[in-house]
Amino acid sequence: MDTRYLFKRHNTWWVKVAVPRTLRNQLGYDLRQSLKTHNLEEAQDLRWSVIDSLKEKIELTNQAPLEDHKIEETSTAVETFMPITDANNPQYYHKIVDCQYACPSHTPVPEYIRQISQGNYTEAYMINWESNVFPGILGRTCDRPCEPACRRTRSHEKPVAICRLKRVTYDYKEDITHLLPEVPEEKTGKKLALIGAGPASLTVARDLLVRGHECVILEKDHKAGGLMRTNIPAFRLPVEVLDDEVDQIINMGIEMKFNSEIASMKSLLEEDFDAIFVGTGAPRGKDLNVEGRQDAAKNIHIGIDWLTSIAFEHTDSVGKKVIVLGGGNTAMDCCRSSLRLGAEDVKVVVRSPFDQMKASEWEIEEAMEENIPIFENHVPKKFLLNEGKLVGMEFEKVDAVFDDNGKRSLVPTGEDPVIFECDDVLVAIGQDNAFDWIERDIGIEFGEWDMPVIDKVTFQSTHPKIFFGGDAAWGPENIIWAAAHGHQAAISIDKFFNDLDLYERPEPTANLVTQKMGVHEWSYDNDISQAKRFPVPHADQSISLKNLKVEVELGFDEKMAFEEAQRCLNCDVQTVFTEDLCIECDACEDICPVDCINFIDNSNEEDLRNNLRVPALNLDQDLLVSDKLIQTQRVMVKDEDICLHCGLCAERCPTGAWDMQTYLYEEAKIY
Amino acid sequence: MTYIVKPKNHHPDLERNELGLTRRDYEGSISSLCAGCGHDSISAAILEACFQLNISAHRVAKLSGIGCSSKAPAYFLNQAHGFNSVHGRMPSIATGANLANHELMYLGISGDGDTASIGIGQFVHAARRQLNVVYIVENNGTYGLTKGQFSATNDLESKSKYGEDNLFPPIDLAAMAIQLGASFVARSFSGDKNQLIPLLKASMKHKGFSFLDVISPCVAFNNHSTSTKSYDYIREHNESVSETDFVPLGKEITASYDEGESVQVPLHDGSLISLEKLSKDFDPSNKSSSLAKINKAEEEGKVLTGLLYINTEAKDLKEILNVVDKPLNQLNEKDLCPGTKKLKEINKDLS
Repeated sequence: MDTRYLFKRHNTWWVKVAVPRTLRNQLGYDLRQSLKTHNLEEAQDLRWSVIDSLKEKIELTNQAPLEDHKIEETSTAVETFMPITDANNPQYYHKIVDCQYACPSHTPVPEYIRQISQGNYTEAYMINWESNVFPGILGRTCDRPCEPACRRTRSHEKPVAICRLKRVTYDYKEDITHLLPEVPEEKTGKKLALIGAGPASLTVARDLLVRGHECVILEKDHKAGGLMRTNIPAFRLPVEVLDDEVDQIINMGIEMKFNSEIASMKSLLEEDFDAIFVGTGAPRGKDLNVEGRQDAAKNIHIGIDWLTSIAFEHTDSVGKKVIVLGGGNTAMDCCRSSLRLGAEDVKVVVRSPFDQMKASEWEIEEAMEENIPIFENHVPKKFLLNEGKLVGMEFEKVDAVFDDNGKRSLVPTGEDPVIFECDDVLVAIGQDNAFDWIERDIGIEFGEWDMPVIDKVTFQSTHPKIFFGGDAAWGPENIIWAAAHGHQAAISIDKFFNDLDLYERPEPTANLVTQKMGVHEWSYDNDISQAKRFPVPHADQSISLKNLKVEVELGFDEKMAFEEAQRCLNCDVQTVFTEDLCIECDACEDICPVDCINFIDNSNEEDLRNNLRVPALNLDQDLLVSDKLIQTQRVMVKDEDICLHCGLCAERCPTGAWDMQTYLYEEAKIY
Repeated sequence: MTYIVKPKNHHPDLERNELGLTRRDYEGSISSLCAGCGHDSISAAILEACFQLNISAHRVAKLSGIGCSSKAPAYFLNQAHGFNSVHGRMPSIATGANLANHELMYLGISGDGDTASIGIGQFVHAARRQLNVVYIVENNGTYGLTKGQFSATNDLESKSKYGEDNLFPPIDLAAMAIQLGASFVARSFSGDKNQLIPLLKASMKHKGFSFLDVISPCVAFNNHSTSTKSYDYIREHNESVSETDFVPLGKEITASYDEGESVQVPLHDGSLISLEKLSKDFDPSNKSSSLAKINKAEEEGKVLTGLLYINTEAKDLKEILNVVDKPLNQLNEKDLCPGTKKLKEINKDLS
């Protein structure tokens, strides 16, 4: 499967091109663009033009400051030989830890998985807490960008169940109160207002409290948590877990103002806050305006609002027959909630083909396990009423057709319209931001789609005092992105309070430590588990389908957690090569189980990649190229793609030229 | 020694040969030799040669004596037959096995102690008799298993790891094999697989006694600065007689060299061994030319490697003895016992 440059988000294929380190201040870590297709083969064809355009953008940005440099010299080097890999660049080894690199918050995944396998759940939890703030919540709800990145997938296996192992750290941890960072008694005198008590705001507040700034959260509801409380049903995320992790942060010293919806940014600016962080999410569910919408309004509900009213216990029943419109995660939550509120006939109806639904694979699977049928290629046409009451919906059957540019259109098949009976309809067809409370004349510039213009690096709006993060910044994403945004925004706000340059970002910390304990003794487990991914046990449906609050997933028990943790390949234990020690006995090349080590004459990257023992065709993965070796003038080239990090190269090396060293990469923090 | 279990996982894009096997299918147990031992590289080269020649492991018998080298057959071709004999007696076992079933490919793995000292009498006669075997000496010039005494192939000027002088001149096994009548003689180096693998492939396809003297540094006892069998000494003093390439049956030769610089030697099954960039004073099919070349290199302090001598016309042991084509172990009573009528006829002729 050739997935160079491709990655998957919400079942859709995207292209990602890495940005050179020197340009990250201008462009961010990578450039990405959706290919708007769920089909891998199509994505493989479509990607090249997008890759070219993104690369061109990088090239253009690169050329401006480089004009004075000796461009010629570097270009001949690239044509005739591959330069020595700069393993001192912290991103080199970071990229090899695929899961951590893919995680927006760059959580050190293998590090906490090792702690789990040693039974150190509390330590494992704290590693998570530092990085992604809500391990218990994310361990149940995360969109898991780490799992498709897992090295196991590249040898056609299922990824390590990283997300559910994260849950394990919460489920089995001990009290952590004494491990939380200390909040200074003495305050800096700077005061921040945070709008919305969701994951983005909570992350910003947590980070800034520790720096001694005062944080006030203004929340429109009477409880904190944002979408984590209102949009995620209790059978996926129990309220106790949510309360526990949210209160933990609030109790560090955030001033909470509940039931205070902000109606005007202008008047908030007049209050005595030194900065404002907007973490209001994307709270407005899209509506479906077709015939009969107004007349049947009583039985038509907007998905996220309906879920909110269940969360706050304003809604406790639904009709016997329910139609859910939409194919995203909200639709899956709506249909499963309906079953638990007593509906007997629940259908999900989607405009697009089944394989292009936006919901995560596992969410769709869970809905189907509860015997909820999903109808694809049905476009809603009208609501049908009888004596003023909703009785059904009419749909038109369509085919999805893609034109040469990959643009999708839904073409009617000409069949008779389909009619489904129903008592209630839940509309879960997407959500938007809502910034009607921000006046347009106070210095915040709005751009495309009526979204505020936000700096990609600093999260600052065009009004210096106002910062955005989470879904409020660039539209709907997942909780893990909100946490990642929160950390970065907190860095900016702290610098803003101290009158420092917001673009002078702190560097991540990285540390390499040898794992060699003695001859043939390594302080990590390098035995590669042959086990298949362990499925998470589920509660009995006869119980879970009757009660909205019974959690469906039971989580791993300790034994299963250990076995699953053993599947981790320890990609953070790096193979570090020292040319000066090598005697070119080729022992490592002979022993490597996946043929990734080569002693070969240097040439340009393309030739080199093709000349290896197994050609290195995954261009997303780097080559580790050594300096010329003394005896034969060859170079050592290691393809990082499939390396199992088993340590046999180091074990078979007579001189210690190979060493296994744990690489701990930690994103920059402000405390 | 290696204590880590080698994972079963292999690269998903690993090449497969005509039998549908990957290189990993030709592996043996994980080596218990010292890390960096040249013998492991030779094992890897044998494994690669068998993979490339599409050899079925169950058609191979691995035979060895005693020593570090003789442990090596455990580390490749797990599916092959094997016999670990008494010290220096591998050629006897090979002779017996070969006569019983000449259809298998025989790989004799020996060391400089096993061949040049205790087993030299056996070696001499196996070569003299043209036994159809690939005889590989993993030559490190030292008795590694007993902690580094000089072996009979250690050069006179090469001191021990502890500084002792060597008092006796070395035996050159390759020159000896040529004199004894071996029909395929090569020398190579464990650290040069580009040369070793084609030589191994050619030797496996050659009919008759194929002898390979492979210099294989002992990292524990003979890889020091005063050794002449260390990785860096061999790399510095290696003189290759030709660039060797093995051309399998049905493949065309693509590289072209000036006339007189290159020669193609056809092997019995129709494949070729192609020798490129030959020097003018050397003819690998002429015994005296080969011996002269070896002597000259020795005088110049060079280690001569490559295909040193080849004679594809020589008869092998089976032909010399005029043995039936059917392997002896497959002959049954009917084949062996002609019956009363025939016996009477024979007796009649004798009277």
